[in-house]
Amino acid sequence: MEKNSEPTHVHRDDEGDKMGMWLFIFTELLLFGMLFLMYAVYRYRNPEAFYLGGKELDVFIGTLNTVILLISSATVAMSISAIQKGRKKQALLFLGTTLTLALVFLVNKYLEWGAKIEYGFYPGGEALLELGHGTILFFGLYYVMSGIHALHIIIGMALFIYVFQQIRKEKVHQTDYVWLENTGLYWHLVDLIWIFLFPLFYLIH
Amino acid sequence: MSQEKHHIMSYTTHLIVLGVLLILTAVSVAVTSLELGALSTLVAMLIAGVKAAIVLVWFMHLKFDNKLYTIFTVFVLVLFLLVLYVTFFDYSYR
Amino acid sequence: MSETTSSKHVSFLQYKGKYKGILGWILSTDHKRVGLLYLYTMLVFFSLAAILGLLMKLQLIAPGYTIMGPQTYNAMFTVHGIIMIFIIVVPGLPAVFGNFFLPIMIGAKDVAFPRLNLASWWIYVIGILVVLTSQFVGGWPDTGWTFYAPYSFQTPANVLPALFGAFILGFSSILTGINFVVTVHRMRAPGMSWFKMPLFPWTLYATAWVQILATPVIGITLLLTVMERVLGVGVFDPALGGDPILYQHLFWIYSHPAVYIMILPGMGAISEILPVFSQKRIYGYKAIVLSSLAIAFVGYFVWGHHMFTSGMSGRALYAFSFLTFIVAIPSAIKVFNWVSTMYKGSLNLQTPFYWATSFIFVFMIGGLTGLVLGSLATNVHVHDTHFVVAHFHFIVFGGTGFSFMAALHYWFPKMFGRMYDANWANTGWAVFFSGFLTLYLPMFYLGIQGMPRRYYDYLPEFHGGNIISSLGAILMIAGAMIIIVNLVRSSRHGQKTSDKNPWGGRTLEWETDTPPTLENWDEIPNVTEEPYEYK
Ligand code: HEM
Ligand SMILES: [Cu+2]
Repeated sequence: MEKNSEPTHVHRDDEGDKMGMWLFIFTELLLFGMLFLMYAVYRYRNPEAFYLGGKELDVFIGTLNTVILLISSATVAMSISAIQKGRKKQALLFLGTTLTLALVFLVNKYLEWGAKIEYGFYPGGEALLELGHGTILFFGLYYVMSGIHALHIIIGMALFIYVFQQIRKEKVHQTDYVWLENTGLYWHLVDLIWIFLFPLFYLIH
Repeated sequence: MSQEKHHIMSYTTHLIVLGVLLILTAVSVAVTSLELGALSTLVAMLIAGVKAAIVLVWFMHLKFDNKLYTIFTVFVLVLFLLVLYVTFFDYSYR
Repeated sequence: MSETTSSKHVSFLQYKGKYKGILGWILSTDHKRVGLLYLYTMLVFFSLAAILGLLMKLQLIAPGYTIMGPQTYNAMFTVHGIIMIFIIVVPGLPAVFGNFFLPIMIGAKDVAFPRLNLASWWIYVIGILVVLTSQFVGGWPDTGWTFYAPYSFQTPANVLPALFGAFILGFSSILTGINFVVTVHRMRAPGMSWFKMPLFPWTLYATAWVQILATPVIGITLLLTVMERVLGVGVFDPALGGDPILYQHLFWIYSHPAVYIMILPGMGAISEILPVFSQKRIYGYKAIVLSSLAIAFVGYFVWGHHMFTSGMSGRALYAFSFLTFIVAIPSAIKVFNWVSTMYKGSLNLQTPFYWATSFIFVFMIGGLTGLVLGSLATNVHVHDTHFVVAHFHFIVFGGTGFSFMAALHYWFPKMFGRMYDANWANTGWAVFFSGFLTLYLPMFYLGIQGMPRRYYDYLPEFHGGNIISSLGAILMIAGAMIIIVNLVRSSRHGQKTSDKNPWGGRTLEWETDTPPTLENWDEIPNVTEEPYEYK
C-alpha cells in the first residue's frame, strides 16, 4: 500500500453490516409505529366512522396483496438460501420473482387508489370532505400509511434491482452475500408493516 | 473475523412457513367476516402478531442469528408498546 | 480488521489522500476529519444563531419597537431555535467528539461505516442548506422550533423548507446513531469488555440508541405536517377532526428524548475530564453507566411535561409529572458522582476543569428548575414564560454548551497537536460564565413575574430584569468571541506539542500520537486495565 494515502483496504464485517441493517429496521419500526399510534388514537375517538370506513375498502384486493407480499417474502428468503448454497441461477430466479411480485403489488395499489381518487375520495378531495370527520381521518390515515408503505416497496424494488446486478456480476456470491441478506431483511420489514396494515384497514369492521 | 458459520434454511422449511402464514391470513379474513364486534379487533391483532412473529423468527432468521438481535427486537417492541400505553393515559381519560 | 502497515506517524491533519486540498477533507472518510468537518460547520452556524440571539436580546432591552417588529422577532426566535437545536446541540458532542474520539477510545481504527459517516455529514449540510434557503425563497418561518399544529400549516409564512430541512437533519442523526452502536458492539479492542469501556463511549452508546429510536418519530411528524400543509390530510387539523394535541404528543415523544441526546454525551465528557483533573478514579463508574442507560430509557416516558397546559386528561398529568420526577434521579446521581470524584483529589486547575465544574453548577440550576416545571401546580404558573427559557438555556446551553467547551479544551491538544493559549482561554471562560449568569438568571425572575416567552414586546414592569439580561447577552457574546478567536488562532499558531498525554489521562486516546495518525494505531492495543486507574 502506498505511503500516506487513505486506506484502500476495506474493513469487512458482515455481522456488523447486518447489525446496522437491524438498527435501521428499528428506526423504520418506530416511524411506522407512530402512524399506528395515530391510528389507535383516532380509531378510539371515532369508532363508528372507522368501522364504516373499513367496509368501504375492498377485502379482496387487500387479501390478494397480502398473499403477494407473503409469497415475495418467502421467495427473497429462499434466494438467500440459494446463494448460501452457491446456486446463482436459482438465487436470481427467486429474486426476480420477488421483484415481479412487488411490481404486481404496486399495480394493485394503483388500481385501488385510482378508483377512489376518481370519485374524489382522497385527502382534500370533494367527496371525502363532504363526509364526517371520522371518515376523513380514516381515509387520511389510509392514504398516508399505505402511501408511505408503497414508497418502501419502491425502495425495496430499487434494492432488488441493484442486488440482482451484483449477483450477476458475481460481486454478491456464496461467501459474500450480506447485501442480499440486508435487502431481504428490509423486504421482510415491508412485509411486517403490511401484516398489520391489512387487518387494521381492510378487515376490522 | 466476519465469517461465522451460517445456518442455511431449506426450501421446504420456507414453503412450510409460507403455508402457515397463508393459512393464518385466511383465518383472519374468515374470522373478521363473522362480525364479532369488539372481539374482532382483538382476534385480528392477535393473528397479525403471530404472523409478524413468524416472519421475524424464520424469514428474518432471529431463530438462527445472534441472540442479541432478538433482545434488541423485543426491547424495541416493548418500548413502542409502552409509548402507546402512556399516550392512552391521555386519550382514555379525556 | 486487516493489518496494513502504512502512513507511519504522519498525522491525520497532514496526510495526503486521493484528493488534494479541501476535497481531501470534504471527501475524507477518516473519522477524525469528519469530526472536524462537523466542528467547523457548527462553528459557522453557531455564530449565526448566536447573532440572532443577540439581536433578539437587543430588541428586548426596552419595551416596544427597539430594533425590530413582531414578525421579524418571530422569524428570529424560530430560526435561532431551529439552528441551535437541530444543527448545533443535537448533533453536538457525538458528531464532533464522538466521531473523533469514539474509535480511538475503544481502540479502533475508524467507525464501523466510514463512508456512511461521511455521508451523514453531507446529509447534514444539505439539511442545513434546505433550512436556511427558506430565507431566500419566501422568508423565514415564524412557528418556533416546535412547529405546533395547527399554526404550522395555517401560517402564511414559509415553513415547508424548515420542515423538510429538519427532516433531512434527522436522517443524518440516525445514521450517526447506527454507526456508533455498531462501532461499540463490533470494534472494541481486545480486552475491552463492556465495563472496561470509558464513560464517554458509554454515553455515546446510550445516546445512539435514542437517536435511532426517537428520531424517526420527529421524522414522521414533520412529514405529516408537510402533508397537512400541502394536501390537507386532516390528521392534525381540528377543522377536519384531527387533534392538534396529538401533534404535540408526537413532537415531544421525540423532543424530550432529544434533550437527552443533547445532554448525555456532555455528561460523558465531564465524566472523562473530572477524573483526569483530579487525578483520581471516577467515583461510581457503574452507577454512571447505569444511570446513563436509565436516563435514556425513562426519558422516553416523560414527554407530556411539555403539555401540562395543553388540555390533556387529568390522569395523564399526574402520570407525566410523576415520571418527570423519576427521571431527575439518575441525573442527580451523576452530580453526586462528579462531586465525589473531586473530593480529596489533587486538582489541576486548568481551563477544561473550569468548564467542567461550572458545568456542574449550571446543570444543577437547570435540573432543579426542571423540577419546578415538572410539578403541576407550579408549571401552570410558569409555563410559556421566560422561566422556561431560562430553564432550558441553563440545561442546553449550560449543560451541552459548557460540556462542549470543556471537551474542546480538553481534547484540543490531541486534535490539533497544538496548545491553546491558557490565559486567554481562562479569561474567555470567566467572561462567558459571568455573561451567561447575567443573561439567564434574571429570566427566572421575569418568568415568575409573568413575562411570557416569544413576544417582541413586554409590559413596563419587566423592564429592569430585561436590561440586566440584555447586558448579560452582550457580555456573554464578548466571552464567546474571546474563546473562539483564541481557539481558532491556537489551532493554527499555538504552541506545538507532540506530548501524547499532556493532562495525565488514562484512557486510550492518550496513548496515540498527538495528533493521531490516519489509522490511530500501529497496532490495536490490548486492554487489560479498567479506565481511570489512578494510583
Ligand atoms: C432534571 C431534569 C429535567 C426536568 C425535570 C425538566 C423539566 C422540564 C419541563 C417540565 C419543561 C416544560 C416547561 C413548560 O413548557 O411548561 C421543560 C422544558 C424544556 N427542557 Fe427540561 N427538564 C429537565 C432536563 C432537561 C434537559 C437535560 C434538557 C436538555 C438538554 C432540557 C431541555 C428543555 C427544553 C429545550 C425545554 C423547552 C422546550 C420548549 O418549549 O421550547 N431539559 N423541562
Ligand atoms: Cu422535556
